[in-house]
Amino acid sequence: MSTIAEPHIRLPEGSIEKTTTTLNLGPTHPATHGVFQNIIELDGERIVSAEQTIGYIHRAFEKIAERRPLYQITPLTDRLNYCSSPINNMGWHTTCEKLLGIKIPKRVDYLRIIIMELARIGDHLICNSIVGVDSGAYTGFLYLMQYRELIYEIWEEVCGSRLTTNIGRIGGFERNFNDIAFQKLDKFLKEYPRVLKEFENLFVRNRIFMDRTIGVGPISAERALNYGFTGPNLRAAGVDFDVRVHNPYCSYEDFDFKVPVGTTGDCYDRFLVREEEMWQSLSLIEQAYQKVQEFKGAEADVYHADVPEYYLPPKEDVYTKMEALIWHFKIIMGEINMPAGEVYHSVEGGNGELGFYLISDGGRSPYRLHFRRPCFIYYQAFEEMVKGQMLSDAIILMSSLNLIAGEMDS
Amino acid sequence: MLTNEHIKQKLVEKFGDQVGNFSEPYALLTFEAPKELNLKVLNFLYDDPELKFKFLTTLCAVHYPEQKGRELAVVYHLHNLEDNVRLRFKIFTDINQPDVYTATGLFSAANWLERESYDFYGVNFVGHPNLKRILNVDEMDYFPMRKEYPLEDSTRIDKDDEMFGRGGTLGYGTEKTTHGTIAEEEKDDQGKPVL
Amino acid sequence: MDHRPVSYNIHEKALEKDISMAEMPEGSMGEGFFATSLGKVIGLARKNSIWPLPFATSCCGIEFMATMGSHYDLARFGSERVGFSPRQCDLLMVMGTIAKKMGPVVKQVYLQMAEPRWVMAVGACASSGGIFDTYSVLQGIDQVVPVDVYVPGCPPRPEAIIDGIIRVQDLVGKESLRRRNSPQYTGLLESYGIQ
Repeated sequence: MSTIAEPHIRLPEGSIEKTTTTLNLGPTHPATHGVFQNIIELDGERIVSAEQTIGYIHRAFEKIAERRPLYQITPLTDRLNYCSSPINNMGWHTTCEKLLGIKIPKRVDYLRIIIMELARIGDHLICNSIVGVDSGAYTGFLYLMQYRELIYEIWEEVCGSRLTTNIGRIGGFERNFNDIAFQKLDKFLKEYPRVLKEFENLFVRNRIFMDRTIGVGPISAERALNYGFTGPNLRAAGVDFDVRVHNPYCSYEDFDFKVPVGTTGDCYDRFLVREEEMWQSLSLIEQAYQKVQEFKGAEADVYHADVPEYYLPPKEDVYTKMEALIWHFKIIMGEINMPAGEVYHSVEGGNGELGFYLISDGGRSPYRLHFRRPCFIYYQAFEEMVKGQMLSDAIILMSSLNLIAGEMDS
Repeated sequence: MLTNEHIKQKLVEKFGDQVGNFSEPYALLTFEAPKELNLKVLNFLYDDPELKFKFLTTLCAVHYPEQKGRELAVVYHLHNLEDNVRLRFKIFTDINQPDVYTATGLFSAANWLERESYDFYGVNFVGHPNLKRILNVDEMDYFPMRKEYPLEDSTRIDKDDEMFGRGGTLGYGTEKTTHGTIAEEEKDDQGKPVL
Repeated sequence: MDHRPVSYNIHEKALEKDISMAEMPEGSMGEGFFATSLGKVIGLARKNSIWPLPFATSCCGIEFMATMGSHYDLARFGSERVGFSPRQCDLLMVMGTIAKKMGPVVKQVYLQMAEPRWVMAVGACASSGGIFDTYSVLQGIDQVVPVDVYVPGCPPRPEAIIDGIIRVQDLVGKESLRRRNSPQYTGLLESYGIQ
């Protein structure tokens, strides 16, 4: 340093001895898709350590759930992993049905599978296209968002909302799927495979993309299991654990689908696992759609289980029939005898095993509700995955892990 | 075949009558042990060649204000991936001295889960590498999920309690009306929380 | 159950012209000159090239991504370049729930923006706390920064977000050049603790 400038430059304490730079990849950053903070120590361009801070969008879902009756908790579950809200909703409804001992008819199960797999496709579309955007390829994102609009239109026909769907009720759906919804589903099934193939052609054997993602953020299967990874991140590391296969719910055992598995657990493997899962989801939707069309006559009008204690009667009946009026009153005012007990149920969300631990004391609202959120659990491994890599790898790693802030901070 | 009976038998063989309160709500084996043994039980379930519970699904805390001496419960959900068997393990601790041994040595997943339980309930995990608040603001001085604290921000002055179900003159939204409109004495014996 | 027939947008409107031009402000024209007030011209230029800063925290951020996509193109309103640096942007769009931990961050980003700056609160959570009336959520960002336009909805449809942008355009176009130095504006900032 020149002697003229020296007296005017004051360096922070211990900064000359320190050889690493501290960089704040702060809560507002274009590449962190969601609000979480990483304080990274860099040695030149290599990362030495990373410390994570979350909680910037903590909305206290678990405390709110202690105030609300079971059917009012569905809008809260929407906002967990908001890219695939129907899966969260269906997970909550299946948990409540397990607690209350409700048996669901097959047609409702198949319709639920269609909705859940559409949500899974939507979630993986966002994740994969954002990995593309973070490595500089914006086009794939614009192509695929167009097809997310088609998925939104199908959900809109069923429940009225695009993103935070609050779809379904405890016991089934709120209305039968009308012809327009099935027409839109047909259109989606016809047009979408071509687009996914085009997206694959852009990325999968693209030299630049492969150089950016192969070897970035690897994790071995043992470390992944110890960190509690589930979902596509675990499957990319080589472990084929899928809740749809291990603990089937919602009649998934009637269907035939494969579970893709990777080898090294790096970003390229995660990308490929999600791509393949989208193809498998498409095949599941086609199979479920075919099975739904086989129901004829009176069976084709079944869209909810016959449980008057938990499923609100249709409004015309409430205004004209006595029992319907009484059931409506009892459900809304909380006079139904809820069983006291504790249940843990999990579904395969877009990021892994989304679990609901519900303790009920017989009252209208839960005594304690705990969400097992996959993002929260696997984000802990970020430091281990990113050590020794470069800063740009950290960016791609964050988007390839599919970190959704709403799910991290409940 | 690893059945619930077999697991229960092995646990009783190893720990005698220190493990107790076995039940199977919704076909999931649930049991309890004293809090000093939590690491021993977890290690046994992890290392035993037949049991192999090597995956920690989740860890959470529950507050039971009525049970004096056992107010805070820590619940571990474990999963044996090879045989596809799940398990629930609970420990109880007094709220005035909520010290529990940490499971981070065994499962790295427990790191943030224990921080979350500390943040919400104040369970002090002994031996945790970095036990500080994770989801709430660092300056918060109380543990919000405990039953005595309300959901809303108590320093607000702009919302009307009457209209928002927070008491008011008729008590809507408080304990007086959370269990429907039938009086507590007339309900059958269902209003007890699960232990 | 019969479904109701579609009642909106059933008559196709003929396209009037392929491209819409901005309205010329009033003024006197002559051979080679056009005299009008400076404020109108600057307003016209500013309103058709607003550069937003998407401060997307949660679900409303995904609806913003859909608005930026090709179906509900936001770029045709002049917002082609969304910047993430507050030094270079005009409009701070806060989309999603702002928790109390995040409040100082919003304020810091607002302070780093250069005048003239506008703030749009997108979604119910940013406008008033939304469905989260809890101890950890800021009940509306107007507790920390002055807001110009509120877009309600949970999440608001992309058409609603575009409607919000159009209203911001109205505000920008009609704003007087002296507003940012006026005592009312400095008084407004004082009330938020901003000098």
